Amino acid sequence: MRRVPWLPIITIAIMLIMAVFAPLISPHDPIEQTLRDKLLPPVWMDGGEAKYLLGTDAFGRDILSRLIHGARVSLMVAGLALVAGGGVGLSIGILAGYMGGWVENVLMRLVDAAFTFPAILFALLLAVTLGQGLGTLVIAISLLLWASFARVIRGEVLTLKQRDFVSLAKVRGCSTVRIMAAHILPNVMNTFMVLVTLNIGVVIIAEASLSFLGAGIPPPTPTWGLMVSEGRASIADAWWVAVIPGLAITFLVLSVNLLGDWLRDQLDPRLRQL
Amino acid sequence: MGRFIVRRLLQGVVLLVLVTAIVFVLGRMTGSPVDLMLPEDATAEDRERLIRTLNLDGPVHTQFLTFVGNALHGDFGTSIRMRQPTLDVFMSRLPNTLAIIPWALLFAMSVGIPLGVVAAINRGRFLDRASGTVAVLGIATPSFWLGIVLIFIFAVELRWLPSGRMGGPEHYILPVITLGTFLTAGFMRLTRSSMLDVMESEYVKLARIKGLSETVVIWKHCLRNALIPVLTLWGVFVGNLITGAIVTETVFAWPGVGRLTYEAVIYRDFPLLQAVIILKAVLILSVNLVVDILYAYVDPRIRYS
Repeated sequence: MRRVPWLPIITIAIMLIMAVFAPLISPHDPIEQTLRDKLLPPVWMDGGEAKYLLGTDAFGRDILSRLIHGARVSLMVAGLALVAGGGVGLSIGILAGYMGGWVENVLMRLVDAAFTFPAILFALLLAVTLGQGLGTLVIAISLLLWASFARVIRGEVLTLKQRDFVSLAKVRGCSTVRIMAAHILPNVMNTFMVLVTLNIGVVIIAEASLSFLGAGIPPPTPTWGLMVSEGRASIADAWWVAVIPGLAITFLVLSVNLLGDWLRDQLDPRLRQL
Repeated sequence: MGRFIVRRLLQGVVLLVLVTAIVFVLGRMTGSPVDLMLPEDATAEDRERLIRTLNLDGPVHTQFLTFVGNALHGDFGTSIRMRQPTLDVFMSRLPNTLAIIPWALLFAMSVGIPLGVVAAINRGRFLDRASGTVAVLGIATPSFWLGIVLIFIFAVELRWLPSGRMGGPEHYILPVITLGTFLTAGFMRLTRSSMLDVMESEYVKLARIKGLSETVVIWKHCLRNALIPVLTLWGVFVGNLITGAIVTETVFAWPGVGRLTYEAVIYRDFPLLQAVIILKAVLILSVNLVVDILYAYVDPRIRYS
């Protein structure tokens, strides 16, 4: 039995608290510009001010406050995309695995296609045609997820289908829909939860990358990816503007991945290969 | 073998039609494609001409056929910002991307494969966990941020390397490391699990019984066979490379097709973006086809499955 990963759990808890209580705990308005305080270093460096613990960016906005509000956006997008993309993948996986035949053939070909073609290109296309925004971003990131969910869940369903309780339900005259919803679905939920945790990191990196490429939530709403992107211009004079939000992304992703690995070993060690 | 190639080719064509259809539909979902494809200062004459070339007065299915027909003739429209045929723009940038990709792959393989082997030999011990940690860190670090940090350390602080743009060999180092790191963890994990499989096999036991040295057994007998599954994933790596190149080239102002994609997005240059996406799809599918054929050639079991 592996040890409970307390450090990652604490990191995630802190980020969650930041996200939920953002307006209450952030010391400044994340969007308000104070140009005379621009590019101030963090408090531990020469010239840092106690007013701005992590310094300010090129517009004199408090980095700590933007970080706290950015956690909100990142986690909200991650949650919505995992529900949407994961949900679609789950349904397709169950449908393909249980129905078999041409349904499975068509759906799994689509899954293969999705694996060959990088989803980020469609995400960028969506941002240009539909316009930037929360909805577009969630759809774009869901595109990244559904195929891997569908593939794993289908594999699970293929073995479940052979089990006695499914045959029994069939003999008792359960409809196909009922078998899928009441007998198959509850039995793949463990796997689904493991997949969700293992993919939180993927989603957070995708959100940050799309924001960095100008296809995320439009400014001035603070997101971590956007903060790194904006900090790039002043990297020569003020490294902290880009480095601090990037560290936040790395820590969060590292924590959820470590937690996900642990959870997988607890709930479903067969998924080791993922 | 012939049937196998034909089947793969057909699958590729179907996928390409699918991608084209999605691009086509999205381009028409937001109202008038004319507004999406012409600069703001376009004249009434320009509009007329565009409506004629794209057959916008016709019904949707003939519009799609015109769209595909134009594409097959190499006409992917005109870039709004650069006022040049998008195909020409793409082709002029492609060599710059192809100039870093082999080096990035080489970097990723020469770091990832040995790490994977070392992890597999020391399964469950310190070195395994250490290289596992490196892989997890590599996955958790967003590559755009890694690129910026490398610029800060090596270009701004130490002044050893240039911060971007194309040029002599020293311009390649940071982009190659950034793009390579993006792929290293994948190579490492795959090599590790594939090595673990091979190390259990009969011929490896035989090699040991024959009294060959451990070094020869691991690096010659095991690794050679363990690399086959790693190489099949080249197809997947092409997709990853294309994604990674967008971010890396953006950070380092590298004038390749990745940076071109970014420019198409921020300048809302729709004709350019649609061309870039379709051409990248062609690229990915051709590489996949070549890899599949090579693999079927190396491993005959694939042809019949």
